[in-house]
Amino acid sequence: MQQILPAISLEVTVLILGVLMLFAEAFAKSADRSHMARYAIAVLAALIGFSFFTQSAPTELTGYWKFYSVDATALFFKRIALGTTIVVLVMALEYRHVLQKYIPGVEAGQGTGEFYSLPVFICAGLMFMASAVDFILIFVALELVTIGFYVLVAYMRRNMQSLEAGVKYLILGALSTGFLVYGITWIFGLTGETHLDAIKHALTTGFTAPSAIAEKGLGGLQGNEAALLFGIVLILIALGFKIAAAPFQLWVPDVYQGAPTPVTAFLSVGSKAAGFIVLVRVLDVFLAVPAVAGKVTALLAIMAAATLLYGNLTALTQDNLKRLFAYSSIAHAGYLLMAIVAMSVQPALAKEAVSFYLAGYLLMTLLSFLILIIVARHSRGDELHHFNGLAKRSPFLAFAMTIAIASLAGVPLTVGFIGKFLVFKAAIASGHWALICIAIVAVAAGFYYYIRVIAAMYWQQPNESAPIVIAPLSRLAILILGGAILFLGVYPKPILSQIKEPPQAPRQQ
Amino acid sequence: MSALNLIVLLPILNAIVVMLGAPARKSALLSSWAQLALSILALLNYDRTLGGYQFKTTLHVAPEWNLNLFMGADGLSLVMLFLTALVTLAAVWVTPKIEKRENLFYACVLLISGGAAGAFASLDLFFFYAFHELALVPTFLLIGIWGSGERQLAAWKITIYLAIGSIILLVGLTKLYLAIPVAARTFDMTKLPALAKGISAADQASIYIWLLVGFGVLISLFPFHSWAAPAYASAPTPAAMLHAGVLKKFGLYGLIRLAVPMLPEGAKHWATLLLVLLVCNILYIGLVTIAQKRLDTMLGYSSVMHMGYIFLGIAAGNVIGVSGAAMLMLAHGLSIAALFAMCGTLRQSSPSLAFTSMGGVAKHAPFLGYAFGMAAFASIGLPGFANFASEMMVFFGSFKTGATPGALTFSGLQIATICGLWGVVISAVYMLRAYRKIFQGEPLVGSELVKDPSCCVRWPVILLLAALMLGGLWPKSFLNFIQPSVEALIAK
Repeated sequence: MQQILPAISLEVTVLILGVLMLFAEAFAKSADRSHMARYAIAVLAALIGFSFFTQSAPTELTGYWKFYSVDATALFFKRIALGTTIVVLVMALEYRHVLQKYIPGVEAGQGTGEFYSLPVFICAGLMFMASAVDFILIFVALELVTIGFYVLVAYMRRNMQSLEAGVKYLILGALSTGFLVYGITWIFGLTGETHLDAIKHALTTGFTAPSAIAEKGLGGLQGNEAALLFGIVLILIALGFKIAAAPFQLWVPDVYQGAPTPVTAFLSVGSKAAGFIVLVRVLDVFLAVPAVAGKVTALLAIMAAATLLYGNLTALTQDNLKRLFAYSSIAHAGYLLMAIVAMSVQPALAKEAVSFYLAGYLLMTLLSFLILIIVARHSRGDELHHFNGLAKRSPFLAFAMTIAIASLAGVPLTVGFIGKFLVFKAAIASGHWALICIAIVAVAAGFYYYIRVIAAMYWQQPNESAPIVIAPLSRLAILILGGAILFLGVYPKPILSQIKEPPQAPRQQ
Repeated sequence: MSALNLIVLLPILNAIVVMLGAPARKSALLSSWAQLALSILALLNYDRTLGGYQFKTTLHVAPEWNLNLFMGADGLSLVMLFLTALVTLAAVWVTPKIEKRENLFYACVLLISGGAAGAFASLDLFFFYAFHELALVPTFLLIGIWGSGERQLAAWKITIYLAIGSIILLVGLTKLYLAIPVAARTFDMTKLPALAKGISAADQASIYIWLLVGFGVLISLFPFHSWAAPAYASAPTPAAMLHAGVLKKFGLYGLIRLAVPMLPEGAKHWATLLLVLLVCNILYIGLVTIAQKRLDTMLGYSSVMHMGYIFLGIAAGNVIGVSGAAMLMLAHGLSIAALFAMCGTLRQSSPSLAFTSMGGVAKHAPFLGYAFGMAAFASIGLPGFANFASEMMVFFGSFKTGATPGALTFSGLQIATICGLWGVVISAVYMLRAYRKIFQGEPLVGSELVKDPSCCVRWPVILLLAALMLGGLWPKSFLNFIQPSVEALIAK
């Protein structure tokens, strides 16, 4: 395939699109802003197409571009970010009727333009993140994502829950940012580098520490393991917030429930994907240092076990669907962490598992949230009983939801099962048996709370009989997502061939 | 595309068509007839002189992991496919008028059948597992929506149990896959036995226990059995027939296909545990069955109990024992399906299924009296039915393998065989007692309501009983297919 464009053109285009949307919000005459979202969807979809013509081979880069690297995996995650944003915008269109109730505006629809443009900026952040190989760019990209979310979570200005969620997310997000910067500082202080490859090189081959440490007679890693470990732990805490891993998960249920539902979906997919991309990058460096690899793995294993148990067991009793999905999102972070734990022994298997799981998780989470938004709008609520008898009111939605739920639970012939299989395979190959036993309990619990949704849709009588109208764009999105879940569950090759690690070319230092 | 692909695809495609609004019962019946015809055709076309796996087709799914949708069948799988097709046809045929959401009902039934057929026809480990799981959600829906009694509780129980069993099984299968050297790793079940030779005894033991527990939960091996009886008692008739008759055999089929040829050392290591559990299955569950006061729960527990015999044949590990086990899978599947079909008829017309409130039913329903009697005799294991032939083989096989020349004491396997033989007595007690209470004696008030069923129930029951008698009077009809396959498995 001819590679005619540099990969960075994708991010630039997305940023320009975001800025144009802000201008449109400020100066457009018509009160209805929904056409902005439709244009944005068209542009983003076109960009996915363009991404196949961009340069994907790693090349020698200098100056600023040392921050930025492109390979097949990075491009894959850029496509994921674009696809996610498209679906989030479709959701935002469905949600605009709810949104208007809580926005002070002169005319209906006015003031909602930012609700469509902020996801575009977040998308740019996610795309930068996929290519970031330097702590500085990682930090900036992560903050671009997080700041966008601060605004979006609290977007419904007249809704107490949304505001409360916004404040909680702001405080805890700021805290985790602090941890991240502090951790990066420690690593920089130790090695004098912010570029991941350089840090790895320094940590594995021995180095002369920068003057501050050298003056005290401490050279190289020898004797500085504690400092390195301290930096790593701080970074892990910060990323723990982003991926909602126990014990840093307490903000999740309230924020997920309070935020506008499209934002919740974006949070649970985008924010988590961002966190895991960074986690894999960072751990790639730290696990290469034998002095700390064992300790870091042990720490991750404890986090994974706690996350699996907390997410799955607390989800058992939830009756609000947004909260249920919040806890299930914690649970899925647990499975992803389980694969991450295997990274020290089986890096290739683990990375494959994380990438595939994220891709699958995205499809099924977005599908379930999209249906949740449609049903919640027509049933005026997002409790489990609002789904009662959905099979009678709209067999199409009920069947699509069944596919999403079955995939989340990990029923074979869906993409969720292949993800779980890869995760278990990585864990088994690296021999973490205690973790596997916990994961078995977690999967069983998962079956219970996921199938409760199916039971509500098919076993119960509907509370109201009004038929559910689905917008054509949403119907198309549901068809594509549901079809992809089933198709990739039987034929995972399209994703597998994209995330397959190419033989590692030595990067220019 | 071979006949084999069609046997699997027909019910699945039909389920989709039915969901889209095709006339449910008619198309389901049509596809089940076609499925049965195809499976018989496949049996007739199978070249027994050639042996091995035939009708192979492959669709490459993920070359990176050597993952293919690889289908093929040897004699054993063909017999299981025949069982699947026959029980599916019977289950669809006996289905009474469904009041609510008929299309969804038939789609679920067809999906269970397609999942079971897919598992039996797959030669790829991944799809072997995946097809079985396909049947999980439809089972849940069938019991939860159309069941009777404590249906929701039973549906939850079976789903959670089977989910745990499946995930344990998944871990075991993955362990097996990873135990093979990296370069040779494959999901191809035809190549695995040769590759598995290199697995050390310790690894075999650790893989075997995961497989045994995983499959054990699916088969209702003691002490993982408590989901089975309540689920079968409250499931709608076709679901009970298909699950007890066909789907449960997936676990046994898996043990014969994977554990017996590949993990002989593992089987040795855990032999005593398996023997204790299977004797519990026969004697303890047998006694539990005697204590039941309702026909549906009694049949449910009897189906759990009979799994013990099949485990005994697998534990024997020799050709005659394992062939007997495979034959018993067929025989049990046919007899329990027939019994559940007639139990469903009784449930529809009789005010209650409790033994104390029924009596003299045979007076008004002579066909039901004869047919139920025959199915009950088959289930006990009386000569003339396939169950007898296969139980004999199992007992001979296990007693013979357990014998040590010159020893004056019995080996564990022989003691288990002797305990197992008492199981036949126990089956006779509960089956005959149930038959006497329901069909004989003076008619109680309400029994006159039970009339002979229409031909929609008669013909399927006659078909099932005919297949049972064919296997009983001429066991070679099926053994000719089963035995060479088992020999090939064990020889490796």
